[in-house]
Amino acid sequence: MTLTNQNRIDRKFAELKALGEPAFIPFITIGDPDLRTSVDIIKTLEQAGAAIVELGVPYSDPLADGPVIQRSSMRALGKHQISVRDCIEAAKLARSEGCQLPFILFTYYNPVLQFGLEKLFQTLADSDISGIIVPDLPMEEDEEVRTVAERFGIHIIPLVAPTSNARIHKIVSRASGFVYCVSSLGVTGARTSFHSGIDEFITTVRKSTDLPVAVGFGVSTNEQFARFSKTCDGIVVGSALVRQIEEALPLLESEATYRQGLLQISNFVRELIGK
Amino acid sequence: MFNANVPDEYGRFGKFGGRYVPETLMNALIELEEAFNTYTKEESFIQEVNYLLHRYSGRPTSLYYAQRLSEHLGGAKIYLKREDLNHTGAHKINNAIAQGVLAKRMGKKKIIAETGAGQHGVATATVAALLGFECKVFMGEEDMKRQQLNVFRMNLLGTEVVPVTSGTRTLKDACNETLRYWVSHVDDTYYILGSATGPHPYPQMVRDFQRIIGDEARKQILEQEGRLPDAVVAAVGGGSNAMGIFYPFVGDAGVRLIGAEAAGKGIDTKEHAATMTLGSPGVFQGSMSYLLQDEYGQVQEAHSISAGLDYPGIGPEHAYLKDTGRAEYHPITDKEALDALQLLSRTEGIIPALESAHAIAQTAKLAPSMGKDQIIIVSLSGRGDKDVEAIMKYVNPSEASFATQNFKGVTGHDAH
Repeated sequence: MTLTNQNRIDRKFAELKALGEPAFIPFITIGDPDLRTSVDIIKTLEQAGAAIVELGVPYSDPLADGPVIQRSSMRALGKHQISVRDCIEAAKLARSEGCQLPFILFTYYNPVLQFGLEKLFQTLADSDISGIIVPDLPMEEDEEVRTVAERFGIHIIPLVAPTSNARIHKIVSRASGFVYCVSSLGVTGARTSFHSGIDEFITTVRKSTDLPVAVGFGVSTNEQFARFSKTCDGIVVGSALVRQIEEALPLLESEATYRQGLLQISNFVRELIGK
Repeated sequence: MFNANVPDEYGRFGKFGGRYVPETLMNALIELEEAFNTYTKEESFIQEVNYLLHRYSGRPTSLYYAQRLSEHLGGAKIYLKREDLNHTGAHKINNAIAQGVLAKRMGKKKIIAETGAGQHGVATATVAALLGFECKVFMGEEDMKRQQLNVFRMNLLGTEVVPVTSGTRTLKDACNETLRYWVSHVDDTYYILGSATGPHPYPQMVRDFQRIIGDEARKQILEQEGRLPDAVVAAVGGGSNAMGIFYPFVGDAGVRLIGAEAAGKGIDTKEHAATMTLGSPGVFQGSMSYLLQDEYGQVQEAHSISAGLDYPGIGPEHAYLKDTGRAEYHPITDKEALDALQLLSRTEGIIPALESAHAIAQTAKLAPSMGKDQIIIVSLSGRGDKDVEAIMKYVNPSEASFATQNFKGVTGHDAH
């Protein structure tokens, strides 16, 4: 375990705060289309302005995800049976090739459980992965995970939803790293409108914690990105990016057009975050 | 240690159960738990549910002594708890009525449900029509093909059947899709979950709404035989009919509780749904239980000739009953179930659902080794009409007498 590991997320938010910029937090499904390409996509995202990357572990039953991420999971599982360990390997490879971004593992609980809690957090710490998001692990069920994660200095990033109401205070009081606000009821996926009380909800979360506050689920355009830049410290973009990757697959699958495929992803990101 | 007072306040049955769902659903589950705890204690709620169960669905269902089947197998006396005689043809209506009334008390306007074989979907569509709800039922595309008749019935009842094309296109994915839809429409929509699975409070709620099967059976056998049975047998997919008939007997140490799970093409093949025999503890669709999964925690495809048992998980209370040794679970193959279906049809004039045929097959293995003074109660969870089309390609009725012979062969017991 290294100290830098513990602090990558915290330091990144502190850096961006000094600059007055929001953190762009992209999500990708690791192994779609393959591990090598995922590493190149991570590096591309860093160059295009990402602050932190969520590494999605493909899962057979992704309850919180909409069709775009479901499809990418199925592709990653179908072709290469990408596992938690493969995702960690991708992060290590990206790091060894110079990537400085903080990494967050995004995974459903069952793969964590089967890997073994102790072993997983040890491996995350050893691999310079700073945080983990488990979308199907509400606070009532996370005691054991939290104890182990804290011991290894890994942030468990909690999700809070517009329906969390009275739960918000309790959830954020135990949080570390940042707080992830779900912008709308529903699964992941691009949308044109957000929950009607979204701004009030974000304000409530802000008042409850000193930690950075990020928003996600459904952000897909530059206009939406700009809107949330005003109220949030971070903006997570998943489905819209995964869809771009899906569209770039024909290019990424041929050596002759591989660079062009990455460029297409990079252009999408630059336009999205206005850089 | 076995404890009959489960689940605890977190919805745990020992280490099983709990609530592993996206945060967006947590408030809905807490609201549901509170409503369940409040309304089910109110006399007016109990009266309304009982009225519908008795006058609308036709309860109590009979506990029927299957004399010809018992004599054929040459061992224990076999009683059938006739859930097939319920309105809509299966035990699923018990839970659908009770949850439907609960949804009404909670002021919800819309109902959603998942279905595999279609029995829960039909029960939910029926209750939605009866109580005036708008209703959507999610069903895997594969299952829609296998159970066209039930799809048509749901449509007739005014329900929209939503085809699920993700994943394996069967029950597991229909459950995922229903949960996903619920996350988006949690404000005005009630999810009638059909089995003793899912996040707390569903496993407890479904068990409590299905325990009427066991409560009636216990009372009826005491009236008819003056004693408790030696064994209670039921088929287990998610496990609602089994939990319903087992639960009132869990405190009766002398009553063996036996679940028959789907072994598909055999537990030595990859095509089975034998969660208890070959699964391991994991978190799936909101709770911790036994699960068919690979070493990385990816959920495996299940297979059974019965769309209702074709499910890689099982209700958490069953996992608890297994681990504490209070109940036992045995695999039954597609072939054994088909043979049992024909056996019951020929000996008793009752065509069971393929699910229930698994319980009959388990009983046919068990009964011959027991004495004539011993008693088995089998949950005949549903009638076979829905499956007739599906089994036509496997069964040649003119050869069916061979099937009844098969069961004599496996007993190894001198029946007469």
